[in-house]
Amino acid sequence: MKPKAILIDTKDNVATAFQDLKAGDKVTVALGGKQVTTALVQDIPFGHKFALADIALHAPVMKYGASIGLATAAIKAGQHVHVHNMESQKGRGDK
Amino acid sequence: MEFQGYRRKTGRVGIRNHVLVFPTVVCSSEVARMISEKVPGTVYARHGGGCGHVGEDKEQVIRTMLGICGHGNVASVLLVANGCEVITPDVLTPELDKIGQPYAVVSVQEDGGTPGCVEKGVKLATKMVADAAKLKKEAIPVSELMVGLECGGSDAFSGLTANPSLGVMADKLVALGGTAIFSETTEMLGCENVLAQRAADDKVSKDIYRVIADAETTAMSGGVDIRGTQPAPGNIKGGLSSIEEKSLGCIRKGGSSKIVQVVKYGERPVKKGLVIMDATAADVMNNTGLLAAGCQLIVFTTGRGTPVGANIAPVIKVSTNSVLYKKMTPNIDVNAGVIVDGEGTLESVGQQVFDRVMATANGELTKAEALGHREFDIHFRMIV
Repeated sequence: MKPKAILIDTKDNVATAFQDLKAGDKVTVALGGKQVTTALVQDIPFGHKFALADIALHAPVMKYGASIGLATAAIKAGQHVHVHNMESQKGRGDK
Repeated sequence: MEFQGYRRKTGRVGIRNHVLVFPTVVCSSEVARMISEKVPGTVYARHGGGCGHVGEDKEQVIRTMLGICGHGNVASVLLVANGCEVITPDVLTPELDKIGQPYAVVSVQEDGGTPGCVEKGVKLATKMVADAAKLKKEAIPVSELMVGLECGGSDAFSGLTANPSLGVMADKLVALGGTAIFSETTEMLGCENVLAQRAADDKVSKDIYRVIADAETTAMSGGVDIRGTQPAPGNIKGGLSSIEEKSLGCIRKGGSSKIVQVVKYGERPVKKGLVIMDATAADVMNNTGLLAAGCQLIVFTTGRGTPVGANIAPVIKVSTNSVLYKKMTPNIDVNAGVIVDGEGTLESVGQQVFDRVMATANGELTKAEALGHREFDIHFRMIV
């Protein structure tokens, strides 16, 4: 069966969609003994990320086993994670 | 774990047994080609360097030429000079003598122009091929393997399938005491902190920040904005949320080991483990830098499809998606697209890449080798 999404590092709190996913879809990702099933609460387009667990405001969004930025809102498991609720910590001359 | 390879008098280890016909300058490159074409068993290195170099650039070209001519995959080298270039054979031979690499020299200006130089070169190269054929392979521990990691023609799957699979392979190799080198410094912008946290010591950490800052300065000196728009609008539409995410997708091909050293373009690392080479992202020049550093083979991920190989080393090509694999099967050694198709995982493809690295080290030809891909180019910034 084609996987719906991929988990790249066991430290990650987001997974990336391998296909266009719909709200209500139950998505299971597995890696190195870790397995997580998430009920999507929003549509997730191919290549986009969703939260595998709740991510608190200002907490790091983890992908590739590292922080790819901080949450700018409290994010619930199954929600779309993107520029509307997270931001880069790099190159921020405005902050 | 061991493989069957060549242990050279230089102390270096090879997985191929090439006789290299090497022009010391672009002016003698056609003469070198003529010699190589007349002597089966030789490989040839066309490049645009050898003259007009100054300062650090000159050092970089000399370092690269020495790394290639003294490479473990090279049994012996025929230097083909023009005669009046900046980097004459005299610049290279003291170091080749020092390390014990067999070589011979011909010169267009001293050996009777093109015909005389070709005739003399063919005689010398024929003898060198016969001598190389007498060399025997022996069992060599995998800890003496050095693998270059490269990505070219990336796509949305690169950071999800092929690059993380290479990371799995790199982690296995490093755990066995071997060395993996990743480079393309401009693609590390944004993950300085992540990389620095993985530095083995303070010096490596400082080197990481320095080379990435230098890459940014160099890029900005071109008058272009490389960071303010990163990720680009198209990247954001595709799902990338930050420059960290974009860069991490590239560097994941190095896996998750500690970084033990940062080397210059074409510089040989003195430490084993995961190494960063500060080098251009241009694929063929990058490959040459990795080889000059001592990599005996390169694993190369591609999403759009690139056919390039290398003249003195095997290049293993890993596709990021199955559409590309179907379109370019003759060029692709491993398809990481099976991860998307549900027919493989990061771990299984990573193991497959590792197995292919070992088979290649043991002499199995890669697709690029079998097809005759022999791309080569030396990176330098200017000619004066």
